[in-house]
Amino acid sequence: MKKVYTRPKSLKPAVFHYCPGCGHSIVHRLIAEVIDELGIQEKVVGVPPPGCSVFAYHYFDVDMLESAHGRGAAVATGMKRANPDCIVFTYQGDGDLAAIGTAETVHAANRGERITAIFINNAVYGMTGGQMAPTTLLEQKTTTTPYGRDLKVEGYPIRMSEIIALTRGAVYVERTAVNSPANIRKTKKAIKKAFQTQIDGLGFALVEVLSPCPTNWKMTPRESWQWIDDVMSKEFPLGLIKDETGNKNAG
Amino acid sequence: MPEVLMNGNSAIAEAAIRAGCQCYFGYPITPQNELSEYMALNLSRRKGCSFVQAESELAAINMVYGASAAGVRVMTSSSSPGISLKQEGISYLAANELPCVIVNMSRGGPGLGSISAAQSDYFQATRGGGHGDYRTIVLAPSSVPELAEFTHRAFDLADKYLVPVMILGDGMLGQMMEPVAFHHEAPEVFSVRSRSLRGAKGRPSRIFKTFTSKPAELEELNWSLFRRYQLIQKEETTSEAFLTDDARLIIVAFGIAARIARGAIKTVRAEGLKVGMLRPITLWPFPTEAVKEAAKKTKQFLVFEMNMGQMVDDVKLALEGKGKVSFYGRPGGVIPTPSEVARVISRIYVQEGLT
Ligand SMILES: Cc1ncc(C[n+]2csc(CCOP(=O)(O)OP(=O)(O)O)c2C)c(N)n1
Ligand code: SF4
Repeated sequence: MKKVYTRPKSLKPAVFHYCPGCGHSIVHRLIAEVIDELGIQEKVVGVPPPGCSVFAYHYFDVDMLESAHGRGAAVATGMKRANPDCIVFTYQGDGDLAAIGTAETVHAANRGERITAIFINNAVYGMTGGQMAPTTLLEQKTTTTPYGRDLKVEGYPIRMSEIIALTRGAVYVERTAVNSPANIRKTKKAIKKAFQTQIDGLGFALVEVLSPCPTNWKMTPRESWQWIDDVMSKEFPLGLIKDETGNKNAG
Repeated sequence: MPEVLMNGNSAIAEAAIRAGCQCYFGYPITPQNELSEYMALNLSRRKGCSFVQAESELAAINMVYGASAAGVRVMTSSSSPGISLKQEGISYLAANELPCVIVNMSRGGPGLGSISAAQSDYFQATRGGGHGDYRTIVLAPSSVPELAEFTHRAFDLADKYLVPVMILGDGMLGQMMEPVAFHHEAPEVFSVRSRSLRGAKGRPSRIFKTFTSKPAELEELNWSLFRRYQLIQKEETTSEAFLTDDARLIIVAFGIAARIARGAIKTVRAEGLKVGMLRPITLWPFPTEAVKEAAKKTKQFLVFEMNMGQMVDDVKLALEGKGKVSFYGRPGGVIPTPSEVARVISRIYVQEGLT
């Protein structure tokens, strides 16, 4: 019989601790599939964050280095500068990449560091119990915006990918979602391109993934998929934000 | 190699390159800019090397963390306010047993303080300035040749014990010029530590991490770090004794203050006062035994620092009540003169009835 579906080589045989319906699980699998397909498992070093995905190092079967909250892009910079042959990716939440790690992310992008950032936007701080994230939507209720995010108090949700795209060192930026089979396929394609950008030595690549957090959104997994379509992707439009991979010379 | 005239900051940078430092990450701050600038000029274009002017000290130390995990020799430098920002990263480096060299050319504090030389970061340096139970080896040079020599030693110690090593200098040491000779040639090929993350080729994948849901696991890490710290205390504690054999009063001073004290001691010796000095070279581990040893000869100690007396505790702890400790200090970036210190020594000498 032909095997049509199996665990990617780049995932260890461990059980994810994520909540049912959590987007982290899907994105983990996609990254592992991409690493397998690109044949780079022996070269990859992953940099997971504090956040719900802090245990990502127990799942990926590649070298992994714990990072301080938000410092992934700086850690990856040091790793890549010390060993340009390795393929480094950061895996970061919205609190991690778009709040405490804003400076590190913007400047790594601006320097055109040859690293790949996978940015999980779930509009909340998952790990610490569902507080407001910089990406929390207006009127969205979280434990620290119990009356809903108020524009006059908390400001607008931040569109980090658009900010990153403005830096000239960022060569590939795309926003996708994992709330339907079609979107999951698009996300995988984007992740693959983000790794390929690094392999080709072109510059900084970032994929922002709108990712359900049914637990903190207080929704069923199905409702959370719907909410990404109906609400979240209106604030964070899906699609390619920047692609200059064709315009640059490798190296 | 013949001696060359160099400022202290540049001497550290040159020594680091010769020690095989492959990566340098820093953020501008006075009084250590010559160090970064020397690296930009002389390290950045070397084959296999990298220099990044980071967006902050936070970023710089986290780059150090990434590069150290990749198994290379790596360094950062800063001065007091910047060293405060690096503490998060230093804690992570210590926790993950990642070696590196951190230079603090300290300046007057607290706050933005002054850009003049001070020693007010002693507590921060010797207590493991970030969160969690850890220590860093702290070396305190007091001349430009020592800055160079200790830089090399710092890299060796860091690799030997898998710990961050700090060189605690000050703005004066960093900027003054002295003749210095370098005793090592920069390596042609760099060696990479085997405990590193460079991709799981021909071996199982590796994780460097501390976070755990099982406190007992973290307790075990703490125990293992502390066993190593005990070994460091046993093997690496260093100090220098100066004219202590017949001394009735012993000055305890480190770094540039020890240099100033040396001048003062020469002055008072010429007047017949029997004064010597014990200079801690490793601030952590602190030379407790050397202090105890000195206390067999005299009970009178004078701690002299360019701060408000941060080393006094360590001296008192070493003495365990078996000696009297006076203190003289100038904080805030004020640099005392040898004659000023000589006057203080003479006064204490007389007051304590040592004549
Ligand atoms: C310096 C520091 N501050 C705060 C924390 C606590 N903390 C851990 S994860 C996190 C935010 C998690 O949110 P996000 O990055 O959006 O990831 P998610 O858990 O939603 O996947 C915070 C604030 C920390 N670990 N370190
Ligand atoms: S809290 Fe949210 S982000 Fe965290 S594991 Fe659960 S669903 Fe996923």
